[in-house]
Amino acid sequence: MAVMAMAAALRGPGGRFRWRTQATAGGVRGSARGAAAAQLGKKVAVVDYVEPSPRGTRWGLGGTCVNVGCIPKKLIHQAALLGGMIRDAPHYGWDVAQPVLHDWRKMAEAVQNYVKSLNWGHRVQLQDRKVKYFNIKASFVNEHTICGVTKGGKETLLSAEHIVIATGGRPRYPTHIEGALEYGITSDDIFWLKESPGKTLVVGASYVALECAGFLTGLGLDTTVMMRSIPLRGFDQQMSSLVTAYMASQGTRFLKHCTPSRVQKLPDGQLQVTWEDLTSGKENMGTFSTVLWAIGRIPETRSLNLENAGINTNPNSQKILVDAQEATSVPHIYAIGDVAEGRPELTPTAIMAGKLLARRLYGQSLDVMDYSNVPTTVFTPLEYGCVGLSEEEAMARHGEEHVEVYHAYYKPLEFTVAERDASQCYIKMVCLRKPPQLVLGLHFLGPNAGEVTQGFALGIKCGASYEQVMRTVGIHPTCAEEVAKLRISKRSGLDPTVTGC
Amino acid sequence: MAQPPLPPPPRAQTSPGPVKVGTAPNRRLGSVRGVLVSSPPGRRARLSSPGTGRSSSEAREELRRRLLGLIEGNRVMIFSKSYCPHCTRVKELFSSLGVQCNILELDQVDDGANVQEMLSEITNQRTVPNIFVNKVHMGGCDRTFQAHQSGLLQKLLQEDSTYDYDLIVIGGGSGGLACAQEAAILGKKVMVLDFVVPSPQGTSWGLGGTCVNVGCVPKKLMHQAALLGQALNDSRKFGWEYGQQVKHNWETMTEAIQNHISSLNWGHKLSLREKSVDYVNSYGEFVEHHRIKATNRKGQETSYTAAKFVIATGERPRYLGIQGDKEYCITSDDLFSLPYCPGKTLVVGASYVALECAGVLTGLGLDVTVMVRSVLLRGFDQEMAERVGSYMEQHGVKFLRKFIPVMVQQLEKGSPGKLKVVAKSTEGPETIEGVYNTVLLAIGRDSCTRKMGLDKIGVKINKKTGKIPVNDVEQTNVPYVYAVGDILEGKLELTPVAIQAGKLLARRLFGGRLEKVYHTFFWPLEWTVAGRDNNTCYAKIICNKFDNYRVIGFHVLGPNAGEVTQGFAAAMKCGLTKQLLDDTIGIHPTCGEVFTTLEITKSSGLDITQKGCG
Repeated sequence: MAVMAMAAALRGPGGRFRWRTQATAGGVRGSARGAAAAQLGKKVAVVDYVEPSPRGTRWGLGGTCVNVGCIPKKLIHQAALLGGMIRDAPHYGWDVAQPVLHDWRKMAEAVQNYVKSLNWGHRVQLQDRKVKYFNIKASFVNEHTICGVTKGGKETLLSAEHIVIATGGRPRYPTHIEGALEYGITSDDIFWLKESPGKTLVVGASYVALECAGFLTGLGLDTTVMMRSIPLRGFDQQMSSLVTAYMASQGTRFLKHCTPSRVQKLPDGQLQVTWEDLTSGKENMGTFSTVLWAIGRIPETRSLNLENAGINTNPNSQKILVDAQEATSVPHIYAIGDVAEGRPELTPTAIMAGKLLARRLYGQSLDVMDYSNVPTTVFTPLEYGCVGLSEEEAMARHGEEHVEVYHAYYKPLEFTVAERDASQCYIKMVCLRKPPQLVLGLHFLGPNAGEVTQGFALGIKCGASYEQVMRTVGIHPTCAEEVAKLRISKRSGLDPTVTGC
Repeated sequence: MAQPPLPPPPRAQTSPGPVKVGTAPNRRLGSVRGVLVSSPPGRRARLSSPGTGRSSSEAREELRRRLLGLIEGNRVMIFSKSYCPHCTRVKELFSSLGVQCNILELDQVDDGANVQEMLSEITNQRTVPNIFVNKVHMGGCDRTFQAHQSGLLQKLLQEDSTYDYDLIVIGGGSGGLACAQEAAILGKKVMVLDFVVPSPQGTSWGLGGTCVNVGCVPKKLMHQAALLGQALNDSRKFGWEYGQQVKHNWETMTEAIQNHISSLNWGHKLSLREKSVDYVNSYGEFVEHHRIKATNRKGQETSYTAAKFVIATGERPRYLGIQGDKEYCITSDDLFSLPYCPGKTLVVGASYVALECAGVLTGLGLDVTVMVRSVLLRGFDQEMAERVGSYMEQHGVKFLRKFIPVMVQQLEKGSPGKLKVVAKSTEGPETIEGVYNTVLLAIGRDSCTRKMGLDKIGVKINKKTGKIPVNDVEQTNVPYVYAVGDILEGKLELTPVAIQAGKLLARRLFGGRLEKVYHTFFWPLEWTVAGRDNNTCYAKIICNKFDNYRVIGFHVLGPNAGEVTQGFAAAMKCGLTKQLLDDTIGIHPTCGEVFTTLEITKSSGLDITQKGCG
């Protein structure tokens, strides 16, 4: 995608050298950084350029989150949730005439319009804060200069005292698979499709894969997820398997331990996918309208000519190596967000890192970003919110003997009257065993998981102990209160199913 | 209140403070019973643990448990000093009564000083003798002799273990059931008496109390029904298509809700049975000390005794006391099982019950008016309360402020019928009239404590409110009677008073404002495409400038507010500060994340309306 936002450093009013920052990817982080720096009275430019996806999809200022990530994802997730609510509504006395259909076109238009309004908002914000915005594709000329090329091929040279790279990443294509590039789409395209994708094969087991498969199923599309090994690698595996179990109960098909080998276009325009079942070693085939690759993302560093500035990357991940101050191997060049090695690929971390960086650069504070206990939520049909360590990670770090896991299956009140199945609604809190049982991780599977998790993330930040959480009075009746009622430890072997009110 | 038939129960003479004898049924004492063999009089005993490597807090806890074990395990327990003449008098008294007592001479044990310290902590009495009779703290010498004169001492002595139950809980609501089950788990013999006096409209319900039957549960389910109405509206914007006519069927909804409630009633009964708690569906009334009369629906009376009682009778909606109110008006006791759609409704009151009911009914498409005497949501942050009100107003709820009803008249019978309401202004002579199908009173709740014979055993209640004052272990002025839940006096109301007093003091001390308020509007992402209002949802925190910007108030107005607030409540328990909020990573995109990026203080006066994306 190659967006690079560069805050170009130009000369300040007093002839003093101001700075140029090159923030790659006018992603949210670019803007946050740029805007923050500008607010501190610096001369800032943001350079942003979206290389069209192989399918030709392109978008405006704001980066992945706003255009092809969190924002459209959550809106379409909401559309899918609304489908569930329409099914619930008759139980609550609402007479809804059948049939209930979904119009992709209408939804896509509404979502895209909202995204465009955000693009506009970002531009206005930059303008308000006197950040110069260039819609050019940038690459390094030397360690203080970048060259930007417009869509029309016109070149601009910008120089800056400081440069921030925030170009993010783009979805990876499995180019070794025949037909993958020609016929497949990625998350860069799905939110900008004008027509319904129809019967869809989602390849991958990342949160992107599961979220996309979840909302497609929720919108009534025949959806299959093909995964090679485990779902949601890096997340707590018990929670992950509950996430996929719920999806399966909602109609998403799963092809586990399979890898695609070929995609062919049939005369009727359908895509025929051939895959290998790794368990049986057999080859299988299926026909889909759309094949969505969600097998990972690659950092957007290759077109930056980083070598011209002497910036080091990790040869395997191609991500830029950074220190705790977010500085690259070149001290006045920084990298934040998904493009930096070892950073969580999350919007709010990028925003905070950007802001703190700008404040450090211009002497407002010395605070560095704390990357521990970053909360996040996977917006699958049953949402999964988590903060802190997974059970596996806690055991690995502290030893099984020193970890106590409290857990409960619960039933959201809203599910009762709607007669929804709640067998996957589950919470677990991973604690140190030694009193006062410091909380290491919280995992919540259920409706509004993001809203539930946010406050507890703070609790963990404040060093919450199991005892303190238990002393917190519940808010009745909510799902979140179940967290404050986690009484059963895994070690006890008692039935963790919550009964009664 | 009638004069108690018995003199005030024994209390520590040295201090009027709380009597903390650990005999509350939910205390985990069962396990220490019988562990400790009490020392016979005159023999030197060791109470402290011989271990050396233990922390002092552990040792203290151990000592406390041992003392409580002594108190629990002996009919009469006297903590004494061998040379003390008052102690001798007491010993002689019990001896003359032919009662065997267990005596611990503090001057003859190794850690007498620690024991005395701990006793003072447990009972607020530092002096000896310190006397317990059947686990009840009598006090010192004088108190014991007083009790002997009044007959209370003999009464307490008789009460050995001949009671039918260890514990009788009166009231099968959330508090009562939790207490009963916990006591049963600790091995006690427990009974729950629960009886629902039908509302003036004839509504009654099963086990589980207000929350399950006529409170939180049906309320939230109806709230969900109303939210689904909004979701149906939203869904068209998100591409869903179905017939234009969407109507709401009240009967379908209430039936589904009542079915769910029945299953909860059943679940509660089952879980009492599983824990061997006896459940009696009768009205409980004290007739004498330790004895209660239970009257069932048919008027049959039974009587039970117990060593301890917990009063958990909760509250019921209040009526106005005007012409026509009990005949024609309903309350939240009736709304959730109303067999017909209430139609055009007047909600009287501004409590959260009133506003929640009004919101739900409006959401279901009814014409709703709320009549408010003074402020909305008294006791809540008033800025938030007004925002709630104006959101409701924008969404179709009509408000009649500063009016109170004076008469309700039936114009037509029916389901629903037609009622005429006459109201008068609180500020002048003006009166207004309105015609409604239903009038719902939500003006407050009264404790159910006046008709249960509390005067017979001398339990004090607040004459005005009917609430029961308790100490900090939920004990009433009668030592074996405890109270939990809504009927407690001062448990909630006191907090804001204390905060206010603290605030005023700090202001006097420091001059200037103690707190800093950060706030913002936000626009839930789900609302954007649905075209719902921006700059309605609002987040606010209040920090204490003089305490490292500790967060002392948290307010959010928006969807899933309960789910958002819970975790922050846990964080506030852990000493949340503004700095920690700022250091916390948001979860994107949620409403909760707005609290990690609050930058604008109220005092700055900066614009907080939302334009772009966070």
